[in-house]
Amino acid sequence: MREIDVYRIEDQVAALCIQANTILGIDIETQLRRMRDEEIDERPRAILDELLENASLAKEKSLPICQDTGMAVVYIQIGQDVHFTGGSIEEAIHRGVAKGYREGYLRASVVSDPLLRVNTGDNTPAVILWDIVPGDHVDITVAPKGFGSENMSSLTMLSPSQGIAGVREAILGTVRRAGPNPCPPIILGVGIGGTMDMAARLAKLALLRPVGEKSPLAHIRELEEGLLDEINRMDIGPAGLGGKTTALAVHILTYPTHIAGLPVAVNMSCHATRHAHARL
Amino acid sequence: MSQSPVSRKILHLPITREQARDLRAGDLLLLRGTMYTARDAAHKKMIDTIEKGEDLPFAIENAAIYYAGPCPARPGCVIGSAGPTTSGRMDAYAPELISRGVTVMLGKGLRKPEVIASMKEYGAVYLGATGGAGALLSQRITASEIIAYPELGAEAIRRLEVYDFPAIVLIDCLGISLYDR
Repeated sequence: MREIDVYRIEDQVAALCIQANTILGIDIETQLRRMRDEEIDERPRAILDELLENASLAKEKSLPICQDTGMAVVYIQIGQDVHFTGGSIEEAIHRGVAKGYREGYLRASVVSDPLLRVNTGDNTPAVILWDIVPGDHVDITVAPKGFGSENMSSLTMLSPSQGIAGVREAILGTVRRAGPNPCPPIILGVGIGGTMDMAARLAKLALLRPVGEKSPLAHIRELEEGLLDEINRMDIGPAGLGGKTTALAVHILTYPTHIAGLPVAVNMSCHATRHAHARL
Repeated sequence: MSQSPVSRKILHLPITREQARDLRAGDLLLLRGTMYTARDAAHKKMIDTIEKGEDLPFAIENAAIYYAGPCPARPGCVIGSAGPTTSGRMDAYAPELISRGVTVMLGKGLRKPEVIASMKEYGAVYLGATGGAGALLSQRITASEIIAYPELGAEAIRRLEVYDFPAIVLIDCLGISLYDR
């Protein structure tokens, strides 16, 4: 049994909120640069240059990459041999988000009730995803999620007979309908299988995978590559103004599902697919 | 944007309906002058204000509205990151504001046919700034002041002064859209 004071979690969450919002992942930057070099026309090249310049300025001046600093999604994997002391772990996470958003000059974008819509002022509460895992460590990932892209996400409950063709169309249709709205170039997180909520959770977690890393499953890897290729032939392009760079990556996670079902969730994300991780 | 060799036209804001009619989809602009930030909640409040027959918090005639909710300013900065938000969410409110004199909307993403019809009827133009470049765009904002609805936080209405703020005409007064391909 290892004891961890929740105040350490609070401070770590705060630091990760700032890090995630101001420093674009090197994997995404590398992919942006690579795809920029493959663009032929002036306009998509100029827009991708703008995003690269934006990322470098954000890092240098500790400014948010995007003003939509998101709803804070906190993914916490807790070793089963850990015992938390000092109070509620959940409250510590929310306090960490409030502290990080205040100290990092990040935007408070959360309303307390979806219908009454009063801004909470400190970007709390976070959306917390919990996992219990073997060991005595705690892994914390803060993934602020902007809503320009979140709003373009989809969930489709397919029939098993629709198979892989149905899955492909659910994903491609979501990208086509979204067009310029989610600030392309996008990254797609896809969850296939489980129950409807499980598929959505997988889609969110799929966004945490580094760009450039492939699925370990051969048939899923093939699906990811085929979809990326097809999406980048849609001519949506950077900012939706045409070009070859519509998506930087397609990441798919799967889970066993019911004999009657084939759920497909697509979580849409912009180039600012932000996530910062720490282990305690 | 600063690296782009493409020539850009300087546009001094505010502009009249006649000036709006002269702009064409694809024109690359550098904006100078005054614009007002307003997004979801501020639009709802403005429409409520109009329905009650009260005065809007700024002169709507010839106004340029920037669909944006900036980050808080770091000490010593004018404003935090301040890129465009998705314009489509303001489609329910835009025709009313265009009919009352708004000539410029600045945002990103698709617009509904009703909004484009109002733009054609009255003379208003829809400009785009690059979504996801909020840090860079904030450097072209020279002044920022909250003028209404401070209780909305990031959604308060701000009067912004901009200098060489890069934008592109996405949809013009003829209804020609850069998104139609």
